[in-house]
Amino acid sequence: MSRTVAVVGASLAGLSAARALREQCYDGRIVVIGDEAHAPYDRPPLSKEFLARRASLDDIALGAPDDADLGLEWRLGTTAVGLDRLSHSVLLADGSEVRADGVVLATGARARRLSGSEGLGGVHVLRSLDDAVALREDLAAAGRLVVIGAGFIGAEVASTARTLGLEVTVIESQPVPLAGPLGADMGAVCAQLHADHGTRLLVGTGVAGLVGTGRVEAVELTDGTRLPADVVVVGIGAIPNIEWLADSGVALGNGVLTDARCATNVPGVVAVGDCAAAWSATRERHVRIEHWTHALEQPATAVATLLGTDRPTPTPVPYFWSDQYGARIQFAGSRREDDVVRVLEGSCADRSFLAVYERHGHPVAVLGMNQPRLFTRWRRQLRAAVLTHS
Amino acid sequence: MIPVCPTTALPPGEAIRVEATEPIAVFNVDGDFYAIDDTCTHQDASLADGWLDGCAVECPLHASCFDLRTGKVSGPPAKTPVRTHKVVVQGGTVYVQPGTAADGAA
Repeated sequence: MSRTVAVVGASLAGLSAARALREQCYDGRIVVIGDEAHAPYDRPPLSKEFLARRASLDDIALGAPDDADLGLEWRLGTTAVGLDRLSHSVLLADGSEVRADGVVLATGARARRLSGSEGLGGVHVLRSLDDAVALREDLAAAGRLVVIGAGFIGAEVASTARTLGLEVTVIESQPVPLAGPLGADMGAVCAQLHADHGTRLLVGTGVAGLVGTGRVEAVELTDGTRLPADVVVVGIGAIPNIEWLADSGVALGNGVLTDARCATNVPGVVAVGDCAAAWSATRERHVRIEHWTHALEQPATAVATLLGTDRPTPTPVPYFWSDQYGARIQFAGSRREDDVVRVLEGSCADRSFLAVYERHGHPVAVLGMNQPRLFTRWRRQLRAAVLTHS
Repeated sequence: MIPVCPTTALPPGEAIRVEATEPIAVFNVDGDFYAIDDTCTHQDASLADGWLDGCAVECPLHASCFDLRTGKVSGPPAKTPVRTHKVVVQGGTVYVQPGTAADGAA
């Protein structure tokens, strides 16, 4: 009987794992389990082109014409509810199970919701295609949007809503948006984009609650201010989908804990993408990375681990991008709070610049706004530097 | 034909974006000129801003790779090839012929 690998999760990380299995010459059975009914699609456009109706479902499909050659067995619209660590069986919500020799955990993350918003109409999160379709329909009939959280999702939704003609207010609990990923100085520069394009940004302000019966009417702030809202989008981060593994014996923390090569504590079980927290030698802790490029590239390592193939442990340079108000923001590297940031090209005032983060005089991260060419060069230099030093 | 620039303005390893109905990116690879659609087929990014590695260009946004000679995808996430365009060098000037595939391209 031929071997079976079960891939639990049918988004970018899961699909990339299935492709990597074939690339690495695995010729057994591959079963891909996904809780959404949709074939794999790309999430980044959901807050941008897809939300603005400039991209269709076809445009954002992740499938490629030659994917049929992969010979995958799809179990879509099926939620995994448990894993038997001894038999490597994945238990499904419909009562069936998939017996496997190897398991790739790629169940991703879900949007964090605002407590007290359950059942209230007009309140959205944005993570899935269904979320995006619902938000898109609601925005079409709305005049005032309030976005809770000025992170990348919040900023992108605000930007898209402005192009649709809505009046937009963004609320951020921290004094400076994006200070976590970019640092306070550069976070402040990026936040200027909101004002440039007529979005009101309120910082250092908490949300006391949502007002409305049946449907949201306003957002109440902790200082008592009421912001009228036809639609509210909550963009306050994501939670890894790992609860289904609670009784599996797989070690969990802020994600499925793995070593640097994606192996969990259970032999034959690896984890990738947003649900996984891999050991980082440089940071000396498990790090869960939610970046798109990470979900694309990391599965090759996990699959090599699963198949026992010799492959060097990767030393990735984290990379992410965001498109807001026509500005392209790109970041690569690993930033710490005490790094020194310097603008090398362009100017923040022109919303076109390249900034480098330095530690002890060495570049460790780079941020570009509307500087794709220069950014690409710096990103490659960082990658080369990491390879040299590892 | 659209005049692009003097050959001296596009040294080896460099690229230039040409505004046409559909923008075109022209590359100089060790003295040979290639032209392809400038916009990545994956998501909106200019390939003229990409990284040139031999006869391949890597998209600056998501690192999709395209072969400059054929327009074919040589690295994901892009799935669809870009069109190639014929390049003519005449009297020290680089020209492109939009809509005419480069010789040898599929």
